[in-house]
Amino acid sequence: MKTAINKTMPSSAEGMSRVDGRLKVTGAAKYSAEYTPKGLTYGVLAGSTITKGNIIAIDTKAAERAPGVLAVITHLNAPKVPGDQPEKGKAADAKGALKVFYDDKIYYNGQPVAIVVADTFERALFAASLVKAQYKTEKHITSLPDNRDKGFPPRGEGTYKRGTEDAWKLAPFKVEQEYIVPTVTHNPMELHAIIANWDTDNKLTVWDKTQGVKDTQGDLAHLFKLPKENVQVHSQFVGGAFGSALRTWPHEVAAILAAKVVKRPVKVVLSRADMFTSVGYRPFTWQKIGIGATADGKLTGITHEAAGQTSSYENFTEGPTGVSQSLYACPNVNTKYHLVALDIATPTWMRGPGEATGAFALESALDELSYQLKLDPVELRLRNYAQTDPGSGKPFSSKFLNEAYQLGSDHIGWKDRKQEPGTVKQNGWYVGYGMGGGMFGAYRAGATIRAKFNADGTLLLQSAVSDIGPGTGTAMVLIAAEQLGIPAEKIRFELGDSSLPNAPTQGGSATTASVGSAVYKACADLKEKFQKLAGNGATNNPDYTKILKDSGLPSLEVVSETDGGNGMQKYAMNSWSVHFVKVLVNAATGVVKIDKVACVSDCGKVISPKTARSQVIGGAIGGLGMALMEESIIDHRYGRYINNNFADYHVPVNADIPQIDALFVNKPDPIINPMGAKGMAEIALIGMAAAVANAVYNASGKRVRDLPITPDKVMA
Amino acid sequence: MKQFQYVRPATLKAALDVIGKPGVKVIAGGTNLIDLMKRGVTAPDKLVDINHLGLVDHQSLKDITETKTGLYLGSLALNSVVSENNMVAKRHPLLAMALKAGASPQLRNMATVGGNMMQRTRCGYFYDTTMPCNKRVPGTGCGAMEGINRMHAIFGASQQCIAVHPSDMCVALAALDATVHIAGKKGERKLPFTQFHRLPGEHPDLDNNLAKDELIVGIEIPDNNFAQNSYYLKIRDRQSYAFALVSVAAALEIENGIIKNARLAMGGVAHKPWRLFDAEKALTGKQPTEENFAQAATLAMQGAIGHGGNSFKLKLAPATITEALKHAAGLV
Ligand SMILES: Cc1cc2nc3c(=O)[nH]c(=O)nc-3n(C[C@H](O)[C@H](O)[C@H](O)COP(=O)(O)OP(=O)(O)OC[C@H]3O[C@@H](n4cnc5c(N)ncnc54)[C@H](O)[C@@H]3O)c2cc1C
Repeated sequence: MKTAINKTMPSSAEGMSRVDGRLKVTGAAKYSAEYTPKGLTYGVLAGSTITKGNIIAIDTKAAERAPGVLAVITHLNAPKVPGDQPEKGKAADAKGALKVFYDDKIYYNGQPVAIVVADTFERALFAASLVKAQYKTEKHITSLPDNRDKGFPPRGEGTYKRGTEDAWKLAPFKVEQEYIVPTVTHNPMELHAIIANWDTDNKLTVWDKTQGVKDTQGDLAHLFKLPKENVQVHSQFVGGAFGSALRTWPHEVAAILAAKVVKRPVKVVLSRADMFTSVGYRPFTWQKIGIGATADGKLTGITHEAAGQTSSYENFTEGPTGVSQSLYACPNVNTKYHLVALDIATPTWMRGPGEATGAFALESALDELSYQLKLDPVELRLRNYAQTDPGSGKPFSSKFLNEAYQLGSDHIGWKDRKQEPGTVKQNGWYVGYGMGGGMFGAYRAGATIRAKFNADGTLLLQSAVSDIGPGTGTAMVLIAAEQLGIPAEKIRFELGDSSLPNAPTQGGSATTASVGSAVYKACADLKEKFQKLAGNGATNNPDYTKILKDSGLPSLEVVSETDGGNGMQKYAMNSWSVHFVKVLVNAATGVVKIDKVACVSDCGKVISPKTARSQVIGGAIGGLGMALMEESIIDHRYGRYINNNFADYHVPVNADIPQIDALFVNKPDPIINPMGAKGMAEIALIGMAAAVANAVYNASGKRVRDLPITPDKVMA
Repeated sequence: MKQFQYVRPATLKAALDVIGKPGVKVIAGGTNLIDLMKRGVTAPDKLVDINHLGLVDHQSLKDITETKTGLYLGSLALNSVVSENNMVAKRHPLLAMALKAGASPQLRNMATVGGNMMQRTRCGYFYDTTMPCNKRVPGTGCGAMEGINRMHAIFGASQQCIAVHPSDMCVALAALDATVHIAGKKGERKLPFTQFHRLPGEHPDLDNNLAKDELIVGIEIPDNNFAQNSYYLKIRDRQSYAFALVSVAAALEIENGIIKNARLAMGGVAHKPWRLFDAEKALTGKQPTEENFAQAATLAMQGAIGHGGNSFKLKLAPATITEALKHAAGLV
């Protein structure tokens, strides 16, 4: 069994370093594509070159004859996926996940039409280029702005209202504006990859990039009608995902089908271009906000409309209008959210799903309002500070956002900000300050930990959780070290394996709150067991090794389970963030340089200061990318992405990133779990795009409402 | 990608013997060619690796040497080496700046002078073999003309093609009056740098005037008096590792507060590095003031045409010219 941690963990003032850091930087960490089971073969997908229609013929002969090719699989010869077939006597579901190689239908450009398996990757790649499909094409639509009239409400989540509808219109001070968040692609550094092997006819093993080995196990068991325990999922290391690995995608099923056909392990690694069409993206979303306030800055009404894109075969919903419902104390709020089905692959959750999109609109609109009111934007927020959840009326489990505002303003030097835009110039550059914040539900789910204390003083913790980069292993080790009073170096945390005890999928910033609670309980259970074993005279901090030795036991083990807690019944539980940004803007060329960033998180108690800081910096950079440069561009005539590579799809590079300071309120939440820790991954990004847009306006007087804020939009 | 042969000739003559043949491609650093092969844009049968050619005229093609009248860069000199070279830094800081504004350190460590000149456009339609592109497959149409053309040409385009040449280095070399040294079977010839690349016209498939059976052997930059007052300004979507929306190479020779000589070239606006001869003339004899720079910039924009997505360049380009000149003159 693999080890998720390394013994040498240099510690410093900022806290313990990542337990798997050395493995990662030395290349010893093994990612899904790096396993080499015996007889490994290579699969390469061939994608459709049309956007909508049917395959009328597919010529695979040249590919089959190409050197090294073992199989070419299309909808014509693919083994059936049992879970894709309609149940007996029932019609097929009208909508659902894309069924790969199921029939001749094409729903989006780049949809897999074949997988070619060969003995080497290069040969598979070449042979895949020889697969020639002929299509009957239908007229497609891929542009949301051109098709907004085709919007429909998603089931159950379309509209919301409290108080009077459109009350903002009657306010003496008001703003009504439209905002665009374009399609943004997760693009983690690690390409999605899977190695699939059928150990027997009904036993499947996969090494797969996934944020949740248990979910993947469940999905695959369902699709291939296998008992769960017959599906083994390994996902030891994940090189970033940001949501793209939260569900099971067609390439995973394609690899498993291919392995069935060639009766050998098959590896499929997506290309960078595939990453744009195969594993989701943040959906293009149009929004309109109407917001009104009294002369003294009290919000009287918010109307927030949003239309987000989805695919024609599946409805993907997120909650872009949620922030307008809960971020501020405003008596009248009505929101409307529509989906627009396009001939494009299904989007998926991406860091701060919904909230990041909604916060860009709301926090920009609030900023616009602050200029009308001639009121400091922080002050405007404080005047509308929600003491209880405005939607449900429930008390918050904890909220120290006001302290976060203070910390952030002090840190960035907010007092130097001039309310009048375009008034501060330094060396030919306009200087401006902006802020924007957000919130995200603080979730907690059930989890189980197996903990084994050995006679040599080491502790082994096991959980099926994935670690996609936040430092889960590190945080869990720290919780156990504190609870048991033993050195962190003695603790090992094993993860990323579906045979280990249950853990939720790593998403929604819920891992530390969920799995951490189970670790906490496991430690308490272990302690109790030790105390019982020691009998009379046991202290609160017993000498574990001595007790084991005295009782002649090699180890002591507990399996501890925790549920999601019941805090949600009585409390509104959220994490909060606010970002402060200082920018330099060249008015002539439109170039924006980020000069300084301060991110403040109110995420309860910080368990692992160093990895928490990294997590915030990463999220902030994601937010800066969203603000300034990220956009997946489609030529709507063809329905194809035009910048689907890392030369043309820009993510921030070092030169774009100044010092980013991560600050924490660091006050425990008394409700969510015994550690008092809430989620912090999503809030690190939510609100950042607005903070940048607001700073650009403050610097230059140029308001950009359609992301990304590229030079052409600023100079125009 | 398709299977191909790989040969490694040891002399210039041996290389020239093979390169003109159909299906043969020269490879230097490979940073552009390999990408194009992976994407199926080009599919050579044979690669001729020129990195191991022996001495040509007693010197390696990787060398940077002084000549009687200037500086000579071998065609295999690495972009990183040229950009760090002392003689380059002293005499032609403009070239060093332009090189450092291009690609990334890793790429510059592989990329060569000759390869940089020969790199192909980054137009998305050129790269995607399912899309129309007259440069890739003549007669299929221009995808960019009515498509996504934010990065495309505002000068010298044709109905056939509105792609731009993506190089930064070449913009500086065009400004610095460099000469290209070319070897062919019949011997060596020279071409002014500004005449090396061509406009698309009716033949967008041809990027330049190098014959199929010729090799670039080097570049000569004549001595000048621009070192004090030159600047390369590149406007791009991120601070590093992005192609130019617009870039400007500006070089001034200022004597007693008067511009004696000016050189200006733009990148990201045409199928070739776009030399601004008229603006240069207009600046000569003038004082280096922001007003004069802005006037020259306006002049430089005559004949520019926007195509929708790239129309912002009509405004960005003159602003960039003015900014670059201000930097060159030390006004910022
Ligand atoms: C992600 C990315 C970003 C980039 N960003 C920039 C940028 O911002 N600015 C910029 O200027 N460039 C940029 N580049 C391009 C880079 O500068 C070129 O790829 C590089 O200069 C090509 O040089 P090479 O030696 O690798 O050429 P190769 O790839 O080896 O060859 C390119 C072409 O030149 C031909 N060739 C090479 N040498 C000779 C010769 N001596 N005689 C005749 N023909 C020859 C080859 O046959 C081939 O057709 C970028 C490239 C990448 C991949």
